[in-house]
Amino acid sequence: MEEFMRKRGTMLTVYIPRELDHHFAQQITGSIDQELERGAVSQLVFDFSDTDFMDSAGIGMIMGRKRLLSYSGGTVSAIHVNDRILRIMQLSGIYKHIEISQEPVWNHRKR
Amino acid sequence: MEKKNEMVLEVESRSCNEGLVRIAVAAFSTQLNPTLEEVTDIKTAVSEAITNCIVHAYDTGTEKIRVECRNEQRELTVVVKDTGKGIENVEKAMEPLYTTKPEQDRSGMGFAFMEAFMDQVTVESEPGKGTTVTMKKLIGRQNPVFE
Repeated sequence: MEEFMRKRGTMLTVYIPRELDHHFAQQITGSIDQELERGAVSQLVFDFSDTDFMDSAGIGMIMGRKRLLSYSGGTVSAIHVNDRILRIMQLSGIYKHIEISQEPVWNHRKR
Repeated sequence: MEKKNEMVLEVESRSCNEGLVRIAVAAFSTQLNPTLEEVTDIKTAVSEAITNCIVHAYDTGTEKIRVECRNEQRELTVVVKDTGKGIENVEKAMEPLYTTKPEQDRSGMGFAFMEAFMDQVTVESEPGKGTTVTMKKLIGRQNPVFE
């Protein structure tokens, strides 16, 4: 599995890079979808603890995965979201569709 | 002291250049002494404009994108020009959530973000000829001390 993903049981965690734009979204979407297609993912978690920039391409990526998972009744959430990214999520209306947690990282360490 | 400066950038429409352009424009804007928030606003708006060129204007090949930046007094102007396929209906394209490429995970929020983060956004486009997006932002609104 790619180094930015980790699977525990049926939960797939995706560690978002420092900047999430169209370029990076393109790079990571394929591997996420591959993992989702294998099935057995009921919870998709996007970890934003390293991220300080996101634009509408990130919103598109999250919504696309949400759509894929909704067929099988899975959930999507975003954790460790900073103020800036929360604002982008609020502006785009995506906060109504996924669960967002702003809780700071208290045991941050290099993976 | 006159505060005036200009910069012109020309890059190929490859997605790896999105980061390059937004960092360059952000660095250019620091001459106006912006807050961190304002720098991020500029980065987001520029990123959206460049992404539009790559995803829509030049969806069939790689061409040049021209970015012109201007600092004048406290105002930053960013012009993003392409000679791609152009937009048929600009008004429709600027509507939030409207996208012509939903199958590619596009959110349709590009112009909405540009408008949200910049003070003024104007779009001129002619189908087959290209599109010019002009964005303006007044820097230092929270800090009138620097007048």
